[in-house]
Amino acid sequence: MIATILVVDDSATTRSLVASYLTDWEGVEVVEAASGFEALRVLPARRVDMIVTDINMPDINGLELISFVRANPNYRRIPVIIITTENSAEDRKRGLDLGASDYLVKPFGAADLRRAVEAALGRDPKEGGA
Amino acid sequence: MSTDNRDQASFGEFVSEAEELLEALGDRLVQLERATEEDAVSPDTINDVFRSMHTLKGLSGMLGLKGISELSHSLENLLDKVRLGKIKLHQGTLDVLYAGVELLTKIVGAVGRTGTEEGADIRSVARRIQQLLEEKPGGHQEVTLENVDLDRRIIGTLTEYEEHRLLENIRAGRALYRVESRFNFETFDKDLGAISEKLKAIGEIISTLPSSEESSPNTINFDLVFGSTSTRDAVEAAVAGFSTNVHAVGQRAVAAAAPPPQAAPGDVRPPSPEPPAPAAAAAEISPDASLTLRSLSDTVRVDIRKLDSLMNIVGELVINKTTIIQISRDLLAQTGSAGVGADLQKAARNLERNLRQLQQGVINSRMVPIGQVFARLNRVVRKLSQEFGKKIDLRMHGEETELDKLMVEDLADPLLHLVRNSLDHGVELPEVRERAGKPAQGVIELRAEQRGNHIVIEIEDDGGGIDLARVRAAAERKGLIDAAAAADERQLLDLLFLPSFSTKESASQVSGRGVGLDVVKTNVAKLGGMIDIETELGVGTRFTITLPITLAIIQALLVGVGTEIYAIPLNAILESNRLLSSQIRTVEKREVARLRESTLPLLRIADLFGLPRAGKQQKMFVVVVGLAEKRLGLVVDSLRGQQEVVIKSVGSVFQNTPGIAGATELGDKRAVLVLDIGALIDEATHS
Repeated sequence: MIATILVVDDSATTRSLVASYLTDWEGVEVVEAASGFEALRVLPARRVDMIVTDINMPDINGLELISFVRANPNYRRIPVIIITTENSAEDRKRGLDLGASDYLVKPFGAADLRRAVEAALGRDPKEGGA
Repeated sequence: MSTDNRDQASFGEFVSEAEELLEALGDRLVQLERATEEDAVSPDTINDVFRSMHTLKGLSGMLGLKGISELSHSLENLLDKVRLGKIKLHQGTLDVLYAGVELLTKIVGAVGRTGTEEGADIRSVARRIQQLLEEKPGGHQEVTLENVDLDRRIIGTLTEYEEHRLLENIRAGRALYRVESRFNFETFDKDLGAISEKLKAIGEIISTLPSSEESSPNTINFDLVFGSTSTRDAVEAAVAGFSTNVHAVGQRAVAAAAPPPQAAPGDVRPPSPEPPAPAAAAAEISPDASLTLRSLSDTVRVDIRKLDSLMNIVGELVINKTTIIQISRDLLAQTGSAGVGADLQKAARNLERNLRQLQQGVINSRMVPIGQVFARLNRVVRKLSQEFGKKIDLRMHGEETELDKLMVEDLADPLLHLVRNSLDHGVELPEVRERAGKPAQGVIELRAEQRGNHIVIEIEDDGGGIDLARVRAAAERKGLIDAAAAADERQLLDLLFLPSFSTKESASQVSGRGVGLDVVKTNVAKLGGMIDIETELGVGTRFTITLPITLAIIQALLVGVGTEIYAIPLNAILESNRLLSSQIRTVEKREVARLRESTLPLLRIADLFGLPRAGKQQKMFVVVVGLAEKRLGLVVDSLRGQQEVVIKSVGSVFQNTPGIAGATELGDKRAVLVLDIGALIDEATHS
């Protein structure tokens, strides 16, 4: 079965790089969202098996997105991976507290991303992240 | 896709995103600097700057661009401290930020050109950042989240920065509100944008937490945490008309040292701050507070090459349309006005109208305001005036004037050069100015304006002007003019644009005016434009650049010379007339014609392309072309009518033939050359 991964980041370059890492991998389909708002729109519109999100974004931040996802019974089980930079350790920690499955620190390569996605999805997607 | 290909594909994307980020950063820094002077810095602006730097760092890291990522990383650290209130924003901080953005722009440029960070040396800027980072932080009042009576769920989603802003609002004695709002899912981004705009006018939105209920999938709720000096009633009034509930958020006593005035010990919930004094409110409202979310989603970014290819297709359509009109004319001639020819002609006219709209649409989509370049110049002026110890007031007019995107990019360097010239050699040092009875602060004015199908850009300074006597002396030394020959002001100024004049040696002798002006001229000419100088000793100098609005599709006059046809861009044509052999004179071995009160130099197109001249008895026409202040009469055998033509590059075939701008195809598939008027005028006035 194909896993649909929602990639949320306001940088087009990061988004398409992450998407290209993911789609190299058979069985993965990527949906991109350029902002938290766009992500909120994608969620009810299609099945999403996993979310990969940035934290610092202009409309709602990644933590708010995670909180939203965790609070809604329809999305509660979707695993979330955070992408951050090394000096946002505090925000990363808060993300994990809110129920993110894992985090990646920029810059990361295809292999790192794949490992994280595999670990989060491998835990039977139905069981979800936190 | 291999990693290498992917990286290459990403590089292009990276360069355009990075350039966009850096440009926005530069603009924001100018805003910040102004706000610092007025002591009205908006935390949103600082956070925007931080976020852009953060994004740049993230993506340069992903692409393994070490220099950019290290430098943006240190700058991000610095900005993080600034936004968290750990470092004060002062002129020194701003200077380092400017230097950083400038260096980043340079390195990104190198990546764009060479794919590597060639020559990137970030050490000196990095050192300056380090020094700032080591500055002692300002004293902090002990306020923690424990003081705030806010839902844990909301507190848990605050980023470190948002937490800092929340505490700052408490420290400043502002009241906190939780604005609970409910939206239709279809339109929430628009509606939330509208509410945010209202709220930002009276305070600061600290966080935006969405939530939804399974039972009502068509609505979405947002909890906005909002800090303001306004009362709850005022906040409610601001969001009236939206489906909202405004709750006051209780704060436990803050042991305040000096300010805040309203938060007396023991004063707690519900907060009832007095309405702010108008002056305080004005300081609160930052000029960029109205930056809405909506404007972001209304824009798409398109690779300019896609627009180029659209433009090409439109070009092909224009040629096809011409063919159809030709056929309709032939048919009309054969079948008369009642026949199928007339119908076809009607249809062809409609097609023509739609095509013009389509063409205009494509051209419009390529247009960007010239202010993009002006803003960059602003930063350069700021930096250089410090370097040269000069005081400059840079004034800009007509920033909204639009120009083809590619032209705007190609204009950046010439404009930079001219402004630098004005600053370096035009505007005098403050003490020199004062001695001459001028204000110590010099003025450089940038003006852009659309005149018909042209854009006119002026760069004017109120500096010392150009000393023509020294220009003349230098030119004589170089053997460019004869010591005995008379040369008027125009001819002398034209010398400044000659490559041979643009040497360092002569530069210092004529206050450097020559340096690189030949390059500026070449660049402007590549865009189909012209450049002019006017100067008055002691009063100032003005450069005027005249450019066509776009390069691709033009109206042209077709002219016949022997059996050949050439196209002359209509926007360069002043008039066309019959020309009698008796009107032609020869002055100093050059042909001129007397036209009304002035003498017009002539150029025979036949001579230019080595064609036989028309016989003495044959009719002749003169097409008077002009750019800026210069005029030239092109002598041709016949005028064949106006037509829209699509200019195509002729590649290297005619590279060494001056005077050809490109080629175009006529309706009958015949290829004709389009004349480059700028080059012809040059050629004629210099040789």
